[in-house]
Amino acid sequence: MALYSEKVMDHFRNPRNVGVIEDANGIGEVGNAKCGDIMKMYLKIEDGIVQDVKFETFGCGSAIASSSMATELIKGKPLSEVKELTNKAVAEALDGLPDYKMHCSVLAEEAIQAALEDYQKRTGKEI
Amino acid sequence: MIYADNAATTKMSSAAIQTMTSLLNETWGNPSSLYLHGQKAKEVLEKAREDVASLIGASPREIIFTSGGSEADNQAIRSAATIGKKNGKTHIISSAFEHHAVLHTLEALKKEGFEVTLLNVHENGLVVPAEVEAAIREDTCLVTIMYANNEIGTIQPIREIGEICRRKGVLFHTDAVQAIGHVPVNVEEECIDLLSASAHKFHGPKGVGFLYAKKGIRLTNLIEGGAQERGKRAGTENVPGIAAMATALKEAVAEMGQNAAHLTKMRDRLIAGLSEIPHSALNGDPVRRLPGNVNFCFEGIEGESLLLLLDDKGIAASSGSACTSGSLDPSHVLLAIGRVHDVAHGSLRLSIGEDITEQEADYIIRSVSEVVEYLRGFSPVWRDLMAGKKPFIL
Repeated sequence: MALYSEKVMDHFRNPRNVGVIEDANGIGEVGNAKCGDIMKMYLKIEDGIVQDVKFETFGCGSAIASSSMATELIKGKPLSEVKELTNKAVAEALDGLPDYKMHCSVLAEEAIQAALEDYQKRTGKEI
Repeated sequence: MIYADNAATTKMSSAAIQTMTSLLNETWGNPSSLYLHGQKAKEVLEKAREDVASLIGASPREIIFTSGGSEADNQAIRSAATIGKKNGKTHIISSAFEHHAVLHTLEALKKEGFEVTLLNVHENGLVVPAEVEAAIREDTCLVTIMYANNEIGTIQPIREIGEICRRKGVLFHTDAVQAIGHVPVNVEEECIDLLSASAHKFHGPKGVGFLYAKKGIRLTNLIEGGAQERGKRAGTENVPGIAAMATALKEAVAEMGQNAAHLTKMRDRLIAGLSEIPHSALNGDPVRRLPGNVNFCFEGIEGESLLLLLDDKGIAASSGSACTSGSLDPSHVLLAIGRVHDVAHGSLRLSIGEDITEQEADYIIRSVSEVVEYLRGFSPVWRDLMAGKKPFIL
């Protein structure tokens, strides 16, 4: 058996929404290089909807896959839904992660929450 | 597949498989039995002991067969500690980048009242003999320093350390798991009192190893039971495995010269090629290292992703990244040579095999370069480094 599910490997090998949004209005970065994972989420929010999302990740296979899956789960979604995204949902969408890799999905959730907070701070809008 | 993880384990040689299967089929008796079928197995066992002993400059009575390197490490250290304690000596000297079989045994001994000094291995991954000498105290009962490091391949000045210990009257153990069968080892000439080895690191089977203990050193049993191995290691001997280990070691020693020459050439080709990757660095001394070991850090990327993508390209390798160990800390070996966490996570160990070709080495270089560049392409760490927000470490 392989270390990861096929879904994880698919998102790791072909990550969705990789890159940077130059005019993002919500940016969140979590983790640190010391423990080996950093995720950065760029959101472009218009009319209360995540119109575009991109990510950059320094980390292991499951960290990259979790970021990729998280972007798919929130793209085109209203903020009311996005702020409810949990790490569990990310992990489930990936058909599960090994126990000791669950923190990767937590980072994805935290990166999105951090980006939403940044958006609030920049725009003064409540979510 | 290009298998570049020979420090993890090796493929058994055809001759070792041949030895093992023929014994499994024909000479499967218990060597402790008195009838001929058992005595034949006993003969095979003792022949293997003679072979292994002669290949490292020991005498047959000084070889105890074990389940592998970890058991041999445990028994060697426990034995020296027991002898030391009897004489009121409870100080042990080792190095910061030993294998966990050694470090964890030392941790256990600390709880039993022993004091442990871990020597610095410096930036080049080498223990300095003068520092061993300076660390030896009246109450030092053991110096245990690995022959060659399992991650960065650096070969320690074993003879110099051995001579110091002999002169000071302190027992000297070396975990030679990565060295035996790859570089010349002679316990007599190098003043080694205790040595651990494992068959599967030199194309023998898994689950077999040996402990060399110089005549006169009283061993402490880890496994109590029957009188096998002169009463020092109970349990019916794994005769087919032990004989296959002897076959593999004979072969490895006979072919050592030509294997080392080829591996060194391929290793240096890999080192030169991978050094071309910007912001990368070789880990460990470039020359005083195992012929088949290459270990690099690449800034801005993480090791597990690198390994998975190399696997997709048909290359099997390993990393000292935290993500490959299940803990948050990267390899203690890389930290011991002064690599900071940020770059230690982006490490790659290639431990190449004797059959590697020049084309394969070049394919590895190309593949690693591509994967590193790809991963850096969406690494926020790399972006910050390139934007000058953080200084490069490598």
